[in-house]
Amino acid sequence: MRALLVLVAALLAAAPLAAQDLLPPAPYAYKQLDDPRQEAKAQALMETLRCLKCQSQSIADSDAPMAGDMRHQVRSRIAAGEEPEAIRQWLIERYGDYVTYTPQVRPLTLPLFAAPVLFLLVAALLLRRRFRKARKGEA
Amino acid sequence: MSEATPPARKRAALWLWLPLALFAGFFVLVMVGLLRPADREVASAFVGKPLPTFDLRPAIPERPGLKTADFATGKPRLLNVFASWCIPCIAEAPQLDALARAGVEIDGVAIRDREEDVQRFLAQNGNPYTRIGADDLSAVQLAIGSSGVPETFVIDGQGVIRHQHIGDIRIEDMPKLLEKLREADR
Repeated sequence: MRALLVLVAALLAAAPLAAQDLLPPAPYAYKQLDDPRQEAKAQALMETLRCLKCQSQSIADSDAPMAGDMRHQVRSRIAAGEEPEAIRQWLIERYGDYVTYTPQVRPLTLPLFAAPVLFLLVAALLLRRRFRKARKGEA
Repeated sequence: MSEATPPARKRAALWLWLPLALFAGFFVLVMVGLLRPADREVASAFVGKPLPTFDLRPAIPERPGLKTADFATGKPRLLNVFASWCIPCIAEAPQLDALARAGVEIDGVAIRDREEDVQRFLAQNGNPYTRIGADDLSAVQLAIGSSGVPETFVIDGQGVIRHQHIGDIRIEDMPKLLEKLREADR
């Protein structure tokens, strides 16, 4: 019985190991930047970037080695003085809009940004007509 | 009064069907999503662009490392992103071997790998690579828009990425890959 338990435990441990690399995580995968302001910038950016391995997680949330390497990439670029939006664009250039959780203005997403403005305009026009009618009624 | 009621009632009866129609539409949408899940592969947006500048140290002493200038040979090459810890990479090894034997030059980028592991992997599965660069931080992988292992890129003689194959190369993928190599040669 004990041998069986050991075997099961060994199998459970071996399966994830087989598909994982054995290298230590990238230097900045789990280490914050020394400058808290830079780290805050990096953190804010990482929370809005998609992990390409675990696609519903952000790279800030994921423990996939690739997400660690992406965090390293983000943190070392921020430390080198790059702006977060430039890093986001760098990734979009390579992976498309899918890599970022922040909606980008594109022909396809334009209605998303234009609709509120349009609604406000229509509302303003309607209100103006209402007020004019009301004033005429008074007169 | 009696003349006005029938059309109005007819219209009301039509409206009554609307929720059911909406539900049917929703049901179809859910079933399509369940039966044909969306493609979860992230294609590189870097196809058509020149390789970014990189210079990787050799992953094993038996082969040189890999840098951008190695691709400016005038002949198309394959860039294979792989890892010894990647199981589909074992599945595509025979296909890579066949390509290498057919005279296709293949360069490897080993993702997050140790020298002894790469050596063991190549001893077991064959070594189709002319050069193998070690990408310990997935930096080159990120720079070319690759989101996993294995992935294979067709690079033309000027170092421009011409095609990306996501996942292991299966026998049925070979004709398309060879076609893309020929296209890159033109």
